[in-house]
Amino acid sequence: MRKAPIIITAVVAALFVLSWLLKSNGAVVDENSMSAISQGFWITLSAFLTLAVMSFLYQDNPFYKFAEHLYVGVSAAYWMCMGFWTTLVGNLVPRLSEGLSNWFEVPYVGFKPHFIIPLVFGFLLLMRLSPKGGWISRWSLAFIVGTTAGLNLPRFLSSDFISQISATFMPLLVNWQGIGSFFSDFSLSASGQFIGILSNLVVFLGVFCGIIYFFFSKEHKGAFGVASRFGIWILMITFGASFGYTVMGRISLLVGRLTFIMGDWLGLIS
Amino acid sequence: MTKQAILAGVILVVLLSAGAFGQDRPEAVVDSSNLTGAILPAPVTNIEAKNHKYDDGERIDLFWEKSVDDPDNIFGYKVYRIDKDGASELVRELLPGTTEYFDEEVENDVPYQYIVAVVGEAGEAPSEMTPEVMAAWEFFNFSKLNILILGFIVCGSVLFFISSAKSGKKLFIRKIGGLEALEEAVGRATEMGRPILFIPGILDLDDVQTLAAITILGKVSRVIADYDSKILMPVSRSLVMTSARETIKESYMSAGRPDGYNDNMVQYITDEQFGYVAAVNGIMVREKPATCLYLGAFFAESLILAETGNSIGAIQIAGTARPGQLPFFVAACDYTLIGEELFAASAYLSGDPKQLGSLKGQDIGKIVAMSAIILGTLAMTFASAWELGFMQSLLDILNSIFVTN
Repeated sequence: MRKAPIIITAVVAALFVLSWLLKSNGAVVDENSMSAISQGFWITLSAFLTLAVMSFLYQDNPFYKFAEHLYVGVSAAYWMCMGFWTTLVGNLVPRLSEGLSNWFEVPYVGFKPHFIIPLVFGFLLLMRLSPKGGWISRWSLAFIVGTTAGLNLPRFLSSDFISQISATFMPLLVNWQGIGSFFSDFSLSASGQFIGILSNLVVFLGVFCGIIYFFFSKEHKGAFGVASRFGIWILMITFGASFGYTVMGRISLLVGRLTFIMGDWLGLIS
Repeated sequence: MTKQAILAGVILVVLLSAGAFGQDRPEAVVDSSNLTGAILPAPVTNIEAKNHKYDDGERIDLFWEKSVDDPDNIFGYKVYRIDKDGASELVRELLPGTTEYFDEEVENDVPYQYIVAVVGEAGEAPSEMTPEVMAAWEFFNFSKLNILILGFIVCGSVLFFISSAKSGKKLFIRKIGGLEALEEAVGRATEMGRPILFIPGILDLDDVQTLAAITILGKVSRVIADYDSKILMPVSRSLVMTSARETIKESYMSAGRPDGYNDNMVQYITDEQFGYVAAVNGIMVREKPATCLYLGAFFAESLILAETGNSIGAIQIAGTARPGQLPFFVAACDYTLIGEELFAASAYLSGDPKQLGSLKGQDIGKIVAMSAIILGTLAMTFASAWELGFMQSLLDILNSIFVTN
């Protein structure tokens, strides 16, 4: 066995213990919550896991693997428990069985016969575990896919189609008093007439040409192709702005983690 | 004796008056005693209670014109509900300036009356009692008639084109860049002897993007089965795992290679967003897939996945309808299916008449949208710049069609 991984693991373990001892020693003890030793351990563990995940930026390594597997294991178990306690016990049991409600110590709402339907579909899904009856689980999937499509159709038609069309109705000539007035009062002010007209024109052309880009029944050639290219340019400019905006948000998350490392763990900043 | 008789008479009159008043005024409202000498505020006028239209019969809308003393000389309004037995109940206290209240605590088909009292320093000045009103449910919501009509137009077009495609008519669909590269990407993975990674987003089967991803998976896994390549599909939802396994199994069977299918091709990781991402990143750097496909609904993990895929030199094809994540895929992937291209992809890949017809039908919807936008913009421009009456009428018609309630 190579010595380097053993040495690195030993060093990290030693640093972990050292950090734990130092943080436990300097911890402000809250009698109601945890002891100094416990507090020191959790801060050190948080810092270790943060650094372990960040170490992926260099390359895959055993510390990242440890953090990854811990995260996946804990979260999978957490979601399984949440699914059981919030969906089955929280929603289904109180509407089907008073005895089970009492057993789980949740308030009984009253028998709601239509809740038998999800119960049956749930059991049908579990039929997948049966070697011969696996096909029955498709009924549940078909129900989910069918109802999803049906429920989403009017919703999307309303919010993504009709609302968007009416929102694009805007005058291309804003505060229009005639061509003479337009030139005499010409201004590049953000609240001025020219910028108002330009803004509405960009929205109109952007939406119109954007739709042309997503038109699949015609080859994008000639004038249609030019409009399509304008549409994709508008989309790309929008993506660029969105990219910068989101990256700034991500930077704030990084700052949050670094603040924890530098402040809560190392105590370099207050 | 006379004094006693007069006193008794006064008491009797007061009691009778109170009794008569109590016929149409709730007890809580008649407290209009003017102990401080202040004057009662003017009551509200034109009070009207109406059944809320097009609901399930559990709401009554109440409207009134505010007191002339509003806002300077009043504290607010009190809404009283009187049931069929004459019992009144204070249902809401409202701030000055309020002229409406929507009572959502009523029973279906039960008559109610309402009084709105203006609360001032001297007490409460009740309004007239409204006529009886009942909350009734309606079977058909006429306010959404436009959605139904537009739905019929789009769905009718879809059905028409499906019928055309089934009758053998060739339907043209323009080339979609990312999809042209799909087979090439699978072939590359096969040549390199490395797997193909397929990520169907992180939402469940109740998201239409996940459904689109599963549909594309059917075609991709068929190509993979034909090439005898290997697919890795870590998922974050149990239902997606189930349907993905079904889909891949079906593809392998239709390719005549049922023995090549393995349940482990699709693995459930965790529902937790970043736990899933951490695991997928680990799979990427350890298995080194030659091709990464990210098709479905993505959130903050999009850039993390795409950057990791980039770092291992994989060909990456992404597709999502989430505008916030598209920039990251555009920046880090080789090909990106933008928005509806994701939904068009399955039709394009399969050549299935139903899906092709569906895509063509949606294009009719786009023609409707473009026509409406041109008409609406022109109507609003001419109506606002030159105050043309017929343009305003056209705009009103368009607004009534393209309105959502």
